Amino acid sequence: MSVAPETASAPIETPEEYHHRRNRVLLYIFAGFVLLSAVRVVSGAEQLTSSGTLAVTLTATMPIAMAGLGGLWAERAGIVNIGLEGMMIMGTIGAGYFAFHYGVVAGVLGAALFGLLGGALHALATVVFGVDHIVSGVAVNIIALGVSGFLAEAWFSGLEGGGPTQSPPLPEPFKINIPFISEPANALEEKHWFLISDLASVVEMFTKDLSSLVVLGLLLIVGTWWALWRTTFGLRLRSCGESPAAAESLGVNVYRYKFIAVLVSGALAGFGGALLAMVSSSGFQVGQTNGRGYIGLAAMIFGNWRPTGMFMGSALFGFTQALPFREGTVSVHALLLLVAAILFAVALVQLLRRRRAHALGALVFGLVFLGWYLTTEIIAREFTTMAPYIAVLLVLAFASQRLRMPAADGQVYRKGSAG
Amino acid sequence: MSLVRRAAMGLAAPVLAFLVAGVVASVVLLISGDDVGAFWDVMFSMPKHRNIVSILNTSAVLYLSGVAAAIGFRMNLFNIGVEGQYQLAGLAAGAFAGEAWLPGPFNTVGAIVVAMITGALWAGIAGILRATRGVSEVISTIMLNAIAGSLIAYCILQIGVDTGNARNTKQIPEGARVGTIEVFGDSPTQLFGLSLLAIVVGIAFWVLLNRTRFGFDLRASGASETAAVASGVNVKRMVVIAMLMSGAVAGLVGLPVMFSDSFSYGSSFQTGLGFTGIAVALLGRNNPVGIAFGALVFAFLTEQATLLNILAGISPDIVKVTQGVILMAVVIAYEVVRRYRVRLEQASVAERLAESRPAPEQPKEPAT
Amino acid sequence: MTAVVDPPVAPASGQAIELTGIGKRFPGVIANHDIDITIHSGTIHALVGENGAGKSTLMKILYGVQKPDDGTITVNGEQVTFSTPADAIAEGIGMVFQHFMLADNFTVLENVTLGAEKLHGIGDAARQEILSISEKYGFGLDPDELVETLGVGERQRVEILKVLYRGAKIIILDEPTAVLVPQEVDALFENLRQLKDQGHTLIFISHKLDEVLAIADDITVVRRGTTVASVKPSDVTSHQLAELMVGSELPSPSTEDSTVTDRVLLSVRGIDVQDAAGRPELTDISFDIHAGEILGIAGVEGNGQAELVETLIGMRHPISGSVRLRTSQHGDKDITGWSTRERREAGIGYIPEDRQRHGLLLDSPIWENRILGHQTRPPAVKGAWLDVRGARADSERIVEQYDVRTPGIDTTARALSGGNQQKFVVGREMSGEPILLMASHPTRGVDVGAQAQIWDHIKNARREGLAVLLISADLDELIGLSDSIRVLLRGRLVGDFDPRTVTPQQLGSAMTGAGDDA
Repeated sequence: MSVAPETASAPIETPEEYHHRRNRVLLYIFAGFVLLSAVRVVSGAEQLTSSGTLAVTLTATMPIAMAGLGGLWAERAGIVNIGLEGMMIMGTIGAGYFAFHYGVVAGVLGAALFGLLGGALHALATVVFGVDHIVSGVAVNIIALGVSGFLAEAWFSGLEGGGPTQSPPLPEPFKINIPFISEPANALEEKHWFLISDLASVVEMFTKDLSSLVVLGLLLIVGTWWALWRTTFGLRLRSCGESPAAAESLGVNVYRYKFIAVLVSGALAGFGGALLAMVSSSGFQVGQTNGRGYIGLAAMIFGNWRPTGMFMGSALFGFTQALPFREGTVSVHALLLLVAAILFAVALVQLLRRRRAHALGALVFGLVFLGWYLTTEIIAREFTTMAPYIAVLLVLAFASQRLRMPAADGQVYRKGSAG
Repeated sequence: MSLVRRAAMGLAAPVLAFLVAGVVASVVLLISGDDVGAFWDVMFSMPKHRNIVSILNTSAVLYLSGVAAAIGFRMNLFNIGVEGQYQLAGLAAGAFAGEAWLPGPFNTVGAIVVAMITGALWAGIAGILRATRGVSEVISTIMLNAIAGSLIAYCILQIGVDTGNARNTKQIPEGARVGTIEVFGDSPTQLFGLSLLAIVVGIAFWVLLNRTRFGFDLRASGASETAAVASGVNVKRMVVIAMLMSGAVAGLVGLPVMFSDSFSYGSSFQTGLGFTGIAVALLGRNNPVGIAFGALVFAFLTEQATLLNILAGISPDIVKVTQGVILMAVVIAYEVVRRYRVRLEQASVAERLAESRPAPEQPKEPAT
Repeated sequence: MTAVVDPPVAPASGQAIELTGIGKRFPGVIANHDIDITIHSGTIHALVGENGAGKSTLMKILYGVQKPDDGTITVNGEQVTFSTPADAIAEGIGMVFQHFMLADNFTVLENVTLGAEKLHGIGDAARQEILSISEKYGFGLDPDELVETLGVGERQRVEILKVLYRGAKIIILDEPTAVLVPQEVDALFENLRQLKDQGHTLIFISHKLDEVLAIADDITVVRRGTTVASVKPSDVTSHQLAELMVGSELPSPSTEDSTVTDRVLLSVRGIDVQDAAGRPELTDISFDIHAGEILGIAGVEGNGQAELVETLIGMRHPISGSVRLRTSQHGDKDITGWSTRERREAGIGYIPEDRQRHGLLLDSPIWENRILGHQTRPPAVKGAWLDVRGARADSERIVEQYDVRTPGIDTTARALSGGNQQKFVVGREMSGEPILLMASHPTRGVDVGAQAQIWDHIKNARREGLAVLLISADLDELIGLSDSIRVLLRGRLVGDFDPRTVTPQQLGSAMTGAGDDA
């Protein structure tokens, strides 16, 4: 039983095709950005691409991306990790305790350690005992919820600024600032020019108040790519998720690699928790994770189990999470126009490919969204907070046909299955 | 295998799990400096009458939640969305009953139907996504939980009425309320009338599973999808129907409290029952009788937990940890016992056959 | 890019491998006994025999997956014992399995270097090595291609490259041509000859006699677990080989009166089936089965039998062609688009080839398994309700009539031996008065006495008008039961034989594709 859609029919591509596709994807991203900029200008929803929004987006993206990265490590080795949410929770409380008492670095390490403990439990159940992956993940989540609540009460109750459900404020990680770039960029952004100002916002996002932990997260993503696709260790780990029988027949210790993968998975989710507690917020809070572990998994699926794709998916979800807090009622309302525009573009593409029925469907939906946009001023606040979750559902529902998960993902593996 | 031996094997896993959970809880308490002895005193203390009634009420609700999850589990579908389904259903039922379009008891019945339909539809979304687009129901139900939360907040704002500093749906009129059953004379709390739904649902679940053709198809699909397909089962259809049924039962979870105690849906509506229900279902191995025991155990633990704070100054979260550890330990133990049991049964059958009749030369699979 | 050329190997003795007196027993069956084989180095040595003759067990012993109970193994003049495949690899033995051990989503490079990263790393050095091996033997493989895109012949060459990469000098190929079309076979043989020229020793396990005669330098025939002959291809014809493989005993055909009516029950026309990748699995299948007739389909496993039965029961969909069923209830119906349940309800029974995956709920008791496949009809079901008493009573009947060895009908199906599971499945599918029975290896794993009983049941039902499509690898069964025999070879129906007059040579030749010349 796996978390991912049934996708065996997705066509596999050669390296040349991969490069073509990657270029096409980059083109789409750029086109999407242009479209976003246009929507901003037309709708007047300045917060859509303001540097403030982008900064919050980046901050919101990273925890999701870390969870997604954790999911990637585990699933590439063939283990489905639903327990990422719980491991992230462990990370938040680990960060809360260690950062408060011993500083930022200890906070990060402590969070990763706590997350890793959660991973160890999941690994014990799934790799050693062969328990169903999802069941074990659910159990880890329940335990993590209880443990974190208990520890929060034990550790933070008496402290000033804290309480039974939250930690005192935690020390802030170092922030990167490059004023001689960010200030001119800010000036450019204030002009609200189409596309130029939006690009300036992006520049500003990277040069003003950029948290060191965010940079660390980005490095981890790159590091994951290198470790899994450029080293012997990574090859063997991935073989456990593609064909454990073949791996075993060639002398790979499948159990060991699966175990390690799940431990790393937990540690990354834990680090995601540290990001939540120390960068997104000022401290630990019960219920902080709010489903990000699962959203991270969705980002991983969307990204076709590859680090770059996963990050793009996380950014998409991060954006929909950040937007409600940036003049949410107006900004999310403007998103309707964006969705309508995208649907019209899709309709055009389908028409060019002579798929009349698809084109018509996209056109109709596009009109619906356009109508919704034009007939309302804002979107009710409660609906804006739904945005990321609906985005996940839509993405999974439409993207499932082109995805290819690791061939042996979710299988309960027992030694001796090889020929 | 004899009945005694089978029973022993069946109980071995949960007993083992409780022991492990007990040890873990004690260790955690030791580390955090709490009084371990006091913990065990409270946990083993005999509940008073009013606590017993409370336990019964809670187990009924947990039972419903467990059965809802179990229907999905039987088909290898993980309906993590019970939480969102029963919340939405509670809102719908509360709003419906509050409007009092139907008189007296018809209102109650109508509300129950509305609850079941709401839960079914919400779960059905995940079922259809899974059957048609292959979207994992694990993620989709969790997303639907979150969406439900926002949706409920919006609806309460629109149609709720303020009562003091809370906002609830309109009060359910007298005629539609369900009375309580007196279990102990001296207890201030009584057994909620709709708690009996648990018994109805339990029996229906057992009958469905073991005596209907649909139930057979359901179990077969979960046990061996390949054999089910070869026998003519339409698996996609089964997925959707199973999710609909799961959601319908989930819709009942909030009703006993609402119709006998709070009389409206609002912020006091209990949360978290969905996840506990999943644990109860797994603990009870997804069968009607096992889930009942699981529900009683978890309800007992939850009830005792409320005393922990008052009597021993220990955070009730330790019980949540215990419950989680029980779940983990039990699923591990079940897996281990299951493998052992299979081997045992194979050996036992071979033994008994050898004793009863002289076996002729039985060529096994020719080794190729 | 410089190609690394290994000098041809000159072993210490002329014998690459000597197997003397090898024996291996499993519970209830003797897989190998008194095996004596001498394989000369630098030759291609073929090992032939039918399914079940004991070839695979022998090769597993040679590769270190199993340990022999008796006998010795000598490699290059030294006696050796293998505990794991790693030991065999260390002695320079490499095995190319029949079922490839490849990760589809990996490139050729990744598949080859996995587990052997120390040899040449996983980057350019490894790439060079793979390219040079590929060039040396004419494999034509691109290290950066994804295995998923490769055809079957190419995948096989990847498997061979894997063992060469690890320095194998003795290569065992288990049924290498089982999944290849003729052009791919020619390409493979070219590669094998080149390997031989470079001094490698090749052991070629097969039952395709024409190919064996074309490629081998020496041939050893294995039958019923022991070596029966050791010949050179120049000394023997394929018919003689077939005789050695199958044995010259001819099962006596049925002497009963024919029960075949002229009422066509199942009519199949022009069925084409493809696999997920678009490769044809069945091509232009057409036949009729009459009421009271048993149509036997002979053929080596893997030639389309499983696909044929699955298509007829509704589990697979043909891309063209039609299936028509004539019943007393419905008349003449085109059932090509019918679902499995509809077909079963119309009276089609199915004894699956893989009972554990398709025929039983292993963790359910026997009486519940009675319901499987018959969920919409009595006696197990009444309307929407299960008729537990009916199911239990009928299970008792089946247990009795088909001699199913079980302590009771509450025993879990998994606990029964394979043979008894099979007996129960047969009994169940014969219940409910089917009009057409698809029987795929119906007596596989069943003891001789019960086998005869099952045959009697089938014959009785045939007298009542049952039509049967019988797929079997057991020639006794095929000749003894069938009213007519067709042969499936590479997805096509070839040959139409009368069991009363067919000779084992004719059958063997048709099944293995040998020529018709005497």
